[in-house]
Amino acid sequence: MAFRRKHLLGIEPLHPSEITAILDLADQYVDLNRRDVKHADALRGLTQVNMFFENSTRTQASFELAGKRLGADVMNMAMQASSIKKGETLIDTAMTLNAMHPDLLVVRHPHSGAVDLLAQKVNCAVLNAGDGRHEHPTQALLDALTIRRAKGRLHRLNIAICGDVAHSRVARSNLILLGKMENRIRLIGPPTLVPAQFAEFGAEVYEDMREGLRDVDVVMMLRLQKERMDGGFIPSEREYYHRYGLDAEKLAFAKPDAIVMHPGPMNRGVEIDGEIADDINRSVIQEQVEMGVAVRMAAMDLLARNLRAARAEPVEA
Amino acid sequence: MTMTTIFTNARLIDPDAGSESYGTLVASDGLINEILPQVIEIADLFRARNVTADQVEVVDCHGKCLAPGIVDIGVKVCEPGERHKESFRSAGLAAAAGGVTTMVTRPDTLPAIDTPEALEFVARRANAAAPVNVLPMAALTKGREGREMTEIGFLMDAGAVAFTDCDHVIANTKVFSRALTYARALGALVIAHPQEPGLSAGAAATSGKFAALRGLPTVSPMAERMGLDRDIALLEMTGAAYHADQITTARALPALKRAKKNGLDITAGTSIHHLTLNELDVADYRTFFKIKPPLRSEDDRLATVEAVRSGLIDIISSMHTPQDEESKRLPFEEAASGAVALETFLPAAMRLVHAGHLTLPELFRAIALNPAKRLGLNSGRLTTGAPADLVLFDPDAPFVLDRATLHSKSKNTPFDGQRMEGKVLATYVAGTPVYRR
Repeated sequence: MAFRRKHLLGIEPLHPSEITAILDLADQYVDLNRRDVKHADALRGLTQVNMFFENSTRTQASFELAGKRLGADVMNMAMQASSIKKGETLIDTAMTLNAMHPDLLVVRHPHSGAVDLLAQKVNCAVLNAGDGRHEHPTQALLDALTIRRAKGRLHRLNIAICGDVAHSRVARSNLILLGKMENRIRLIGPPTLVPAQFAEFGAEVYEDMREGLRDVDVVMMLRLQKERMDGGFIPSEREYYHRYGLDAEKLAFAKPDAIVMHPGPMNRGVEIDGEIADDINRSVIQEQVEMGVAVRMAAMDLLARNLRAARAEPVEA
Repeated sequence: MTMTTIFTNARLIDPDAGSESYGTLVASDGLINEILPQVIEIADLFRARNVTADQVEVVDCHGKCLAPGIVDIGVKVCEPGERHKESFRSAGLAAAAGGVTTMVTRPDTLPAIDTPEALEFVARRANAAAPVNVLPMAALTKGREGREMTEIGFLMDAGAVAFTDCDHVIANTKVFSRALTYARALGALVIAHPQEPGLSAGAAATSGKFAALRGLPTVSPMAERMGLDRDIALLEMTGAAYHADQITTARALPALKRAKKNGLDITAGTSIHHLTLNELDVADYRTFFKIKPPLRSEDDRLATVEAVRSGLIDIISSMHTPQDEESKRLPFEEAASGAVALETFLPAAMRLVHAGHLTLPELFRAIALNPAKRLGLNSGRLTTGAPADLVLFDPDAPFVLDRATLHSKSKNTPFDGQRMEGKVLATYVAGTPVYRR
């Protein structure tokens, strides 16, 4: 099944073959991005607007670069400083923007479901760049591409997702995507950050990190989202690092060829030891950033194709 | 000349006796005058009462249900403060169309109803504008802030039927225990929202797999039990008359049962939405399903329904809460809570009857008789001498709800587009028709 959707709002509705379709195209864009001339014109003539209602440096830069490499006209709107502060509602902002005829809208919002709501109100293709604690689909796709390229496959792997699962949209999207591709997933963290209901998604929940890391192929670390925490989820960063920070001793429980991932930005010495993060034999953190641009190019390319196809169709009476 | 209405061929729903029968009901001078539990010839009745056809109004019910009108504790009318959301006029029309003959209104307006002057304003507005009975409640603490109790005595004199801070939990137990003690001395009923405020702060959904998947801030259902446990302890201290506005979880029920068994003056309610919807109805962040407390799991819903059937939960309310489009068309976490329900109350409740959970007398025990009893009203029953507040309805008539047809100014119903059964045909307040289909 090819990817035929109007929007990319989350991983949850996707069929495994749609995920594969995005990843296959992204592989091609990885090659393009390694050439001297990094230019294609899949989005030529189209307008891409990045609306970030929450601070972001890397994701926004990644989307911007992806759009520019495909020839789109890219505009960044820092929504925190704009009309939202003047009391305009999300829907009014969306309607205003819609009147300017953008083609691709990349949205990040601090509240779960906000991007879905916005997508109902605009005519263009909407990409979810992270909504609250809900989903961050391009992050899960870039993680999947990184794993597929490092491990040669994206199924029947033991994958550990460690840390602040409760506050993490990255964890949710990855849990759903990797589950759809038939991997065994373990969630590791203190019960305040890995609530028991996550076991209902078919994941195994571990409170002991060493036990959880035993024989895994992939170790996916999560950032401790201090900004989303209102009151004591962990006693202190040093105790957290002692029990759940990834260091060489704990990583030794994983398979010898296990890869280490992190969505960034990292808190060195809180969830991950700096030396592990920089170990080129284990860490694929830099590759993740590279795959991010390629995956976003692929996703926007596919959405633009669907958008053009929809516009070419005769309007039914 | 006395005004007499005779309802013939009626399926009489009597929640007091817990029975139903076909028969005739005679109302005159605003009261139920006589109930004849058999179908009789109208001519015989005229002869027996020595009247002629032009002196009375005869309503042929064609075998449809005639029941006591609904007494709805906890209706939000947005006067004063937010009349664009709901006025006494629009709420009153919605109530009449929904078979609600008595609205017991909430004080969570802007400003809160916390002075006798504000209460008198409400009572005056209500009587002028609403075609049904309106009984106002007042705030238990000033501004619903949980710091100082209101003038409970003066407010009772002005007509307050109960005292509640609505969904604001009085976190300071010292303040709450004094208010309960003072209320007991005056015989005032206190209605509270059992919820542990710290645990439920910021929550938009009930914790569980669904909320985890949607990434919404959650509250454990245990917060309700903790709130109820605290309130029960305070009742043991103070002996006040207490009603829990909404019990919606299985975990809270054993505590309620024990408290009743121990002889405390406690009753409990629940909302029609918690009895007919569950957390999964929120689906893709549908904010019309955002209510307070949040919708629960299916297990909790079924336990709550069973508690209504057994009588452990005494009262079902609509918890009618109008919200305009602007306050609902927002991301789920930011959106306002609440749903309008006066007009959908009976058809939604009929789902419980059609599903075999409740009989019609059991339903009307929870929506008419028990709320009336709790407030010391004589209505809510089909008894000679009771007010002729009646609803005539077809329990089986199917329809698809179109929210645009609702009388409420706000159209925030979770039932829009849904198939429902049960239509109100006519509503009578003190024997006078206030709604006819």
